[in-house]
Amino acid sequence: MTTLDEPPVPAGPVDERERNPAAAAEDRPIGFGRLQRKEDPRFVRGKGHYLDDITLPGMLHGAVLRSPVAHARLVSIDTTAAAAHPKVRAVITGKDLEPLNLAWAPTLSADVQAVLATDKVRFQGQEVAFVVAEDRYAARDALELIKVEYDVLPPVMDARKALDPGMPVIRDDLEGRTDNHIFDWEAGDSAATDAVFARADVVVSQDVVYPRVHPAPMETCGAIADYDPIDGKLTLYETTQAPHAHRTLYALVAGIPEHKIRVISPDIGGGFGNKVGIYPGYVCAVVGSIVTGKPVKWVEDRSENLMSTSFARDYLMRGEVAATSDGRILAVRTTVIADHGAFNATAQPTKYPAGFFHIFTGSYDLEAAHCKVTGVYTNKAPGGVAYACSFRVTEAVYLVERMVDVLAQKLAMDPAELRLKNFIRPEQFPYQNKTGWEYDSGEYETAMRLSMKIAGYDELRREQADKRARGELMGIGVSFFTETVGAGPRRHMDIVGLGMADGAEVRVHPTGKAVVRLSVQSQGQGHETTFAQIVAEELGIPPESIEVVHGDTDQTPFGLGTYGSRSTPVSGGAVALASRKVRDKARMIASVMLEARPDDLEWEKGRWFVRGDPEQGKTISEIALGAHGTLELPEGVDGNLDAEVTYDPPNLTFPFGAYICVVDIDPGTGVVKVRRFIAVDDCGTRINPMIIEGQVHGGLTDGVGMALMEFIGFDEDGNCLGGSFMDYLIPTSMEVPDWETGYTVTPSPHHPIGAKGIGESATVGSPPAIVNAIVDALQPMGVVHVDMPCTPARVWAAMQGRAQPPV
Amino acid sequence: MQIAMTVNGEQVTRDAEPRVLLVHFIREVLGLTGTHTGCDTSNCGVCVVLMDGKPVKSCTVLAAMAAGHDVRTVEGLAKNGTLDPVQQGFMEEHGLQCGFCTPGMMLTARALLDSNPHPDDHQIREAISGQICRCTGYATIVRSVHWAANHAAEEVPG
Repeated sequence: MTTLDEPPVPAGPVDERERNPAAAAEDRPIGFGRLQRKEDPRFVRGKGHYLDDITLPGMLHGAVLRSPVAHARLVSIDTTAAAAHPKVRAVITGKDLEPLNLAWAPTLSADVQAVLATDKVRFQGQEVAFVVAEDRYAARDALELIKVEYDVLPPVMDARKALDPGMPVIRDDLEGRTDNHIFDWEAGDSAATDAVFARADVVVSQDVVYPRVHPAPMETCGAIADYDPIDGKLTLYETTQAPHAHRTLYALVAGIPEHKIRVISPDIGGGFGNKVGIYPGYVCAVVGSIVTGKPVKWVEDRSENLMSTSFARDYLMRGEVAATSDGRILAVRTTVIADHGAFNATAQPTKYPAGFFHIFTGSYDLEAAHCKVTGVYTNKAPGGVAYACSFRVTEAVYLVERMVDVLAQKLAMDPAELRLKNFIRPEQFPYQNKTGWEYDSGEYETAMRLSMKIAGYDELRREQADKRARGELMGIGVSFFTETVGAGPRRHMDIVGLGMADGAEVRVHPTGKAVVRLSVQSQGQGHETTFAQIVAEELGIPPESIEVVHGDTDQTPFGLGTYGSRSTPVSGGAVALASRKVRDKARMIASVMLEARPDDLEWEKGRWFVRGDPEQGKTISEIALGAHGTLELPEGVDGNLDAEVTYDPPNLTFPFGAYICVVDIDPGTGVVKVRRFIAVDDCGTRINPMIIEGQVHGGLTDGVGMALMEFIGFDEDGNCLGGSFMDYLIPTSMEVPDWETGYTVTPSPHHPIGAKGIGESATVGSPPAIVNAIVDALQPMGVVHVDMPCTPARVWAAMQGRAQPPV
Repeated sequence: MQIAMTVNGEQVTRDAEPRVLLVHFIREVLGLTGTHTGCDTSNCGVCVVLMDGKPVKSCTVLAAMAAGHDVRTVEGLAKNGTLDPVQQGFMEEHGLQCGFCTPGMMLTARALLDSNPHPDDHQIREAISGQICRCTGYATIVRSVHWAANHAAEEVPG
């Protein structure tokens, strides 16, 4: 393990406010280190530019009529009264879209999704009609005037029964379709795994559900479409995490030439994966603008967001672990029913219909592993990959970390000790796991022991023993995760055929100030700060002298967008390499200015100087002026200090972490209180510790939400039971503790700056720690598992040895 | 109908339908877009403004109900170009990420500090418990409010 301006393993909880020691003398970091965010001054003044803050001249407002039922044949739609409303400019139905070939749109998973229903509705909240009116109140009024007749069909709500004979066929729109099956996908070696299981001393198995949850960013999704009929250009303001991919998809879907489409993604009020896809409302806004000749804004309300846009998870898993009687884990196998809803609209690389679920081998050195995932249609909203999950790594980590605890309980071993016994060892990296991944680097034991040290693990176990003796319910949960993030490489990873590489462009202006243009888009991660810091680290230009441009396809190079924790691993690599190209070019120019051979120049941050004569040097500012001035430049060197790179990562990156959660459970009510949470993360090289800590805190809060309260449930008629914030509960300041964080630094050996990504680590790693803590507290009652969300009713039922009720 | 109120110290009179929510009046009639909407059910609190110094969810107040009252939005936090210590505290302690809940959080913090200049962690958490932040995990918001409490007298140039 090496460190970059960072201490080695810190001895205790880390004060994240420590500044980069290298920059301490100047009282501000030039490159990596804690730095206040460049985007904050506008946000604290209320001067952010979110989508709904944008008003264009003559702009109209759209609203979507949605299906009140989960499964029904559309008999008729009567829009007469709505169209007659004095403030209504257009009413659009699926029948109007059919001649435009827009009633159906391709999904990100080679399926199609109805933009506006034409034949059937297939989930409650599905889009049926679109009204364009002069203001948002009138648009809503007009929805009430549309009359729709439905012939209600029985819905398929239980994914386990979706493939039973005689079940209604949801997707009868697909030619030849006779069941609700989407795909089967396997990874690992089935026969080898079965052989290990057959000879193992101990086998444990457990059904584990990762329930359907929703990213629910505070800003809902929306779009403003502005079609100019004279030059045929569509300007589309969208809450999107992937503006460039959207531009290409609109060109393919709507038939507008790609150079005539400009996607602008303004400030985004949180995304978490919810803002990756193209939603029917966006397409309707485009059609509305073409039809009316005016800009059309559509912004969904919270119920629309929760009921119709990308949900997450919904994996029904059966996990099995084979081990020796002294606690050596030999193999893991699992079968999964994946509930994809009514349309297969997950955002996945084509090769991987279950995402990166095959990282379910976790952080352990196994002899064999196998998984089989079966995707099915149900009468629920489409989506499936969202909510900070790194392409199903969340489900994988939850499964393996829950199963390791089930094994620990069976063997009566301490769960931390069991993990320490089975970790992949540092000398085994790069480590080839049994399902095809090559883990780049890891120091798992170091992170685990640091986490235990911060927690005071042995003391906690003593406290627990005392409390158990008094009948109090205290639990200590451990989880250790390894993520696989930063997709590409492009030869393996794509979104609808677009390879997952990212462009970036760095330009140094004549006065030495710089602009960096990114394809990725921030939803709160602080890209304007961290990407400036990467350029600063590479070129020695202060971050405040670097402008970060993003979120506008007319101004930025192509790339696949921000999700799967890929901004730093992919675009961060692109920016670092573009900066290095600038640096190389600066060397050529400096050599002319200094009348020295390029080989005789040495770099120190921000300056090339003559080896052996440090006084003779030129700063990047002086070189920039030289590049743009009248200097005679060497053959092949252009008169600028610019560079552009498209970075195709050679491998994914593998962040990891060790989490410990302490819970207290009220024996009278089953209410779970998260008392402490210790998170030790290793995301490789750390660019801005303040932002990293913020990313971790947010993810831990997601974990508390999913483990204890968040749930998109349905009744048997297909009604969504999580359709508002009155029913879909999100942690407030009262349900979360003051987080305790620490870190280790194990750079990625293949990444230009050694960074691995941090955006989803805590969301991935925290739910198993919390559930493991709950089960640990209830162990004396013989409880082996409680499914999320661990609401008081479910915990209470588990305490009584009863089946856990639906939420 | 004609609706008159004081917003950020200025008397405003505008025409609006009786059913118009205060949040839409502020955002769309007055053009002050720093106040956001997030849930429609008064659960999330990104629309919080101060009415007569007390935090209210402006999606739960009709504009007509605010007539004659004193409303303060995020745009009224800084005074004469000088940031409120709460605004500075949120920047110092990373109390915001996407920024969407931030205006409401800061206004609640301002109201809290006006009545309790040195709140403890629990009092801060209780004060913001009606508002959801999806990004920060709240700990840095608590730190931000402490920062503001500890720098109450400082003039921070805007």
